[in-house]
Amino acid sequence: MDIKLTIDGKEIEVPQGTMLLEACRKAGADIPTFCYDPDLKLAGSCRMCVVQPKGWRNLVASCVTPAQNGMVIETESPDVVEARKVVLELMLARHKLTCHTCEKDGECNLQDYCYRYGVTESRFAGKVHNLFKDDSNPFIERDYDKCVMCTRCVRACEEITGARAINVMDRGHHAHIATAYDGNLEDSPCVFCGQCIMVCPVGALTSKIAAGQGKPAQNDKVLTTCTYCGTGCTLELNVKNDKIVGVTSNRDAEWSPVNRGALCVKGRFGWDFVNSPERLTTPLIKENGEFRPASWDEALDLAAEKIKGIKEKYGPDSLSMFSSARVTNEENYLAQKLMRAAIGSNNVDHCARL
Amino acid sequence: MTQEYRVLLEHADKINPESAADYIQVGGYKGLEKAHSMNPRDLTDEVKKSGLRGRGGAGFNAGMKWSFVPQYPETKYVVCNFDEGEPGTYKDRIICQKNAQALLEGMAICGHAIGSNNGYIYCRGEYPFVVEMLKNAIGNAKESGALGEFNIEVRMGAGAYVCGEETALIESIEGHRGEPRFKPPFPGVEGLWRMPTVVNNVETFACLPYIMTNGADWFAGIGAKSYPGTKVLTLTGDIENPTYFEVPTDYLLRDVIYELGGGVKGGKKLKAVQVGGTSGAFIPPQNLDTPIDFDSMGAIGAALGSGAVFVMDESRDIVDIINRIAKFFEHESCGQCTPCREGTFRCKEIMERINTGRGSLKDIENLKVLARIMQKASLCGLGQAAPIPITSTLEHFEYEYLRKLV
Repeated sequence: MDIKLTIDGKEIEVPQGTMLLEACRKAGADIPTFCYDPDLKLAGSCRMCVVQPKGWRNLVASCVTPAQNGMVIETESPDVVEARKVVLELMLARHKLTCHTCEKDGECNLQDYCYRYGVTESRFAGKVHNLFKDDSNPFIERDYDKCVMCTRCVRACEEITGARAINVMDRGHHAHIATAYDGNLEDSPCVFCGQCIMVCPVGALTSKIAAGQGKPAQNDKVLTTCTYCGTGCTLELNVKNDKIVGVTSNRDAEWSPVNRGALCVKGRFGWDFVNSPERLTTPLIKENGEFRPASWDEALDLAAEKIKGIKEKYGPDSLSMFSSARVTNEENYLAQKLMRAAIGSNNVDHCARL
Repeated sequence: MTQEYRVLLEHADKINPESAADYIQVGGYKGLEKAHSMNPRDLTDEVKKSGLRGRGGAGFNAGMKWSFVPQYPETKYVVCNFDEGEPGTYKDRIICQKNAQALLEGMAICGHAIGSNNGYIYCRGEYPFVVEMLKNAIGNAKESGALGEFNIEVRMGAGAYVCGEETALIESIEGHRGEPRFKPPFPGVEGLWRMPTVVNNVETFACLPYIMTNGADWFAGIGAKSYPGTKVLTLTGDIENPTYFEVPTDYLLRDVIYELGGGVKGGKKLKAVQVGGTSGAFIPPQNLDTPIDFDSMGAIGAALGSGAVFVMDESRDIVDIINRIAKFFEHESCGQCTPCREGTFRCKEIMERINTGRGSLKDIENLKVLARIMQKASLCGLGQAAPIPITSTLEHFEYEYLRKLV
């Protein structure tokens, strides 16, 4: 059943149960959010998405308030704008304002909304808590002094990854994200997938591997498929001067149908080998105990010749094929086909079986 | 009218609160018997008709609250809010210590109305001795058969003020962090373990046996029309008799202080009175001739709240008191929503500045902005009500702030 409501003077119809946030966006209103994430459970806590229902005493958080028939909503009334400004100022009052060196510069919600509402500084500036904590893991950088406590990382960790490595500790202004017993990530159930980095709306969570190599907002983005396993996750390569300088998430279901941006530790952090000088770039053939570079044709001919020789001398079952989870299903299919049809042996196995 | 009118506390200290037999001797468990003879819908209507409104502070019509509970789910819960976290409030403890069986009976009556045999009492963490007493009272009532099929379990809080908020209380019973949920859904539809749940205050439940025994009309005729019945008040601060009283709800605040309370301590003049707990407004002497009922207090910008009455004499420093209150809320904010998490902290910071003679007019201006947004945009009642002491004292006692500025 559809209900009718008026948003910024525009009458729209939405299905019963639609939240105001969705209804407002449908009506063309640009509603700012921090804690809202379409893939995560609702929190309703940042209060940035507040709107004004006519005749109501208080503002409501549009992300958690169901639209009601006949509601009249204003999304940028003076009260709404004042509330959003104060929320931003309260965040700024404890935010380490180092945008110039921040990895998230250019794609930070706090920066964008402060720009939008002209919030240059905070009336409520006062004591700043330096919550710096040295977590010596190699992958994830958490800067507590940039955290806006939206808890998206906590929810992503639980709902997308299922690791439940982090949660909120302490109360009030002193509340912060921590592992159980406030230990290091390494000693927690964290699997370093970096989904927390993916959902962070500000610069509180960033990749240590990509740090300093280029701000994601300024890098070229190239979509590709991860080669680490057969799952086929979409990776968003960050490219600068023709070099991979990072991996970020593309969460669009159309471009990232398999993983919707979610990655594992290898996909998100294990890309720096691409530019390694130690990387093999041609086949090598060993002659007199020394490797020498060779062309693919030469190498394949040599391999085929040797395999053929072994088969003729010792029979097809003297050969076996050991395949990999890093190749696709189709490639694994071809591998066993080669073994069975061309060589004539059933000695086929696969590393994922170990 | 300057007398107490005791309904819940009529037999205080004359019966053993743990003993169902004692309670039955003075007419107890008759209300539950009557409730059991009625069908649940009629029972809910009867409670609605009595006009009983929540005694925890929100003042919502109890029968109306019950009527939101859907009939179809098999599992439903009756939860008693005995968190009693408002500083200066101890009326729920008194009701339990004097008349625990009435609370149990009231919960069972509610259970019959909504179709639930599962009761929980969420008890303030600082009341371990009351927990023991309640467990004995429940055991005794179950043994005597007075509660029938209705079961009650006691759970203890761990000292968080916010767990008095009904959804944070539910989270706490479930074993989670004490953080309020956003509403809707309301507990009546989705409460404890996501099942329909009625959460009422100790005093609200304890009124029910008397409503059932004496009839809805009898109850509706006591005290103020729009908020009938009696109210147990607890007096603290600069008062001659810092104790508890049960009065009809049309009782005047002035009489609470000068008749039952015996006046301001040491014959001093009254400066202000704060009603309803730490988040209550500060009421100046010129507003004392107000009945204590929910709506009359609302009309003067105050709230009856939990019924705590905190009296301050002429020598008290309002700004210093507000500074302490700001500190309290900064400590008790759960940290979930931005206006409360950061707002309570900045309010405390500004109040500290003003109180130590380092504040400016700009600080007062900022305080007002902050208070307005906390009230309008916080997720739960804690953040919405935390600035009320500040705004009410800025309204009535602004000079106390101004004289402390740089």
